[in-house]
Amino acid sequence: MHAPLAPTTHLPIGSDADLAWVRQQVRKTATDLGFGLIQQTKLVTATSELARNTLVHGGGGHVEVTPLRAGHVCGLRLSFVDAGPGIRDLDLAMTDGYTSGGGLGLGLSGAKRLVQELIVDSCPGRGTTVTVTDWASGLPAPRTGTR
Amino acid sequence: MAEQHDVTPEVAQELGGFLEQRREQIAQRWADAALFRTVFTVSRDEAVEACKAVVDALADVACSGRLEDIHAPGFDTVREQLSRMAATRAQAGFSPSQVAGEVAGLRQPAAALLQAEFDDPRAEHAHACALALTVLLGTLRLVVMETTVNSGEALIARQREQLLEVATPVIKLWENIVAVPLIGTLDSARSQVVMESLLEAIVHERARYAILDITGVPTVDSLVAQHLMKTVAAARLMGAHCIVSGIRPAIAQTIVHLGIDLGTITTRAGLADALAYALGQQGIVVSPSPAAGAIPR
Repeated sequence: MHAPLAPTTHLPIGSDADLAWVRQQVRKTATDLGFGLIQQTKLVTATSELARNTLVHGGGGHVEVTPLRAGHVCGLRLSFVDAGPGIRDLDLAMTDGYTSGGGLGLGLSGAKRLVQELIVDSCPGRGTTVTVTDWASGLPAPRTGTR
Repeated sequence: MAEQHDVTPEVAQELGGFLEQRREQIAQRWADAALFRTVFTVSRDEAVEACKAVVDALADVACSGRLEDIHAPGFDTVREQLSRMAATRAQAGFSPSQVAGEVAGLRQPAAALLQAEFDDPRAEHAHACALALTVLLGTLRLVVMETTVNSGEALIARQREQLLEVATPVIKLWENIVAVPLIGTLDSARSQVVMESLLEAIVHERARYAILDITGVPTVDSLVAQHLMKTVAAARLMGAHCIVSGIRPAIAQTIVHLGIDLGTITTRAGLADALAYALGQQGIVVSPSPAAGAIPR
């Protein structure tokens, strides 16, 4: 576990306006942590996809934003939490083009390609938590496997 | 504790009577308070009149015995005036809590006058009246806060409406060429408005080329891309060719990683490139005028 650099912030996800706010907050936090423009854009886009999943499929929830530090490298961990129906078939949900909500079906699978680490924890009937971790260097931090 | 804080109907009546009797004096003192002085700047008389209206309302509320009720009918006469005052203070850069602090500042001058009414200001009865006044002005403070919050919410709702229509102008760039500079978040409501106004403009301007410029869109995710594709498809059905421009390097990389296939859409990095493409497709050549171009150096 990497040491948190600052306390975790909770942001609600309950409407389209909340999505815009979450995007803005994540962009600001990533900028403050020294993320480059391209990485920042990728992280914010992944945030947008995952937060919309929380809203559309999970029926709303919240995101926990935690700045991290490992040695000299700053990182950001985002946990998107909902108490919705959960994901029945994770492999199917991670497939490009599969959608249950009328979108392009690239939300979850696309987000995974935009960040360094994405972990889905879901249990049918008990909600979904998607946690992404990204490091400002562009390379994963040395001990990123020890969770 | 409870009986200590309860204001009996008799005390409330007495407070109402005091406010009616000392209306003039209280108004004169309040007119010098920051809250009224800075809002009613035309003349002092105007400030005094405004103060009297508030005192009258308070007297009415006191007489009705509903000291703690912010919906007491007595407040109705001054609610609009209070909200205007709060709005003026807000425009001057004061936060709602600062305005509430100014309302709280009205208590002291009135309390001083009330104290002078009694031979023995330490008597229990005098205390009860002072407490009633404090409760009543606390309620006034809540009324002012409520009007501030309500006007803030009304403003937000109005601005949301304005954003919907303001942010989607369709510009005619050339004969047969229209452009929409997209700005900000493309949520479903906004993108619907964009699509409608673009399709209307295509008919109206008889456009054969439509440029969608996304320079001002901070995040292009799969939903935004889907909206863009739908707009392009709809325009194509109407016989117009769409070009998406303003794709920055970071956005381009993100779209590729997301796995969105924009292969069927003509895209250009900048609006100028898109315009050049549309002109070129129609065989229009823009060349510098001979006078400007022919300076030999």
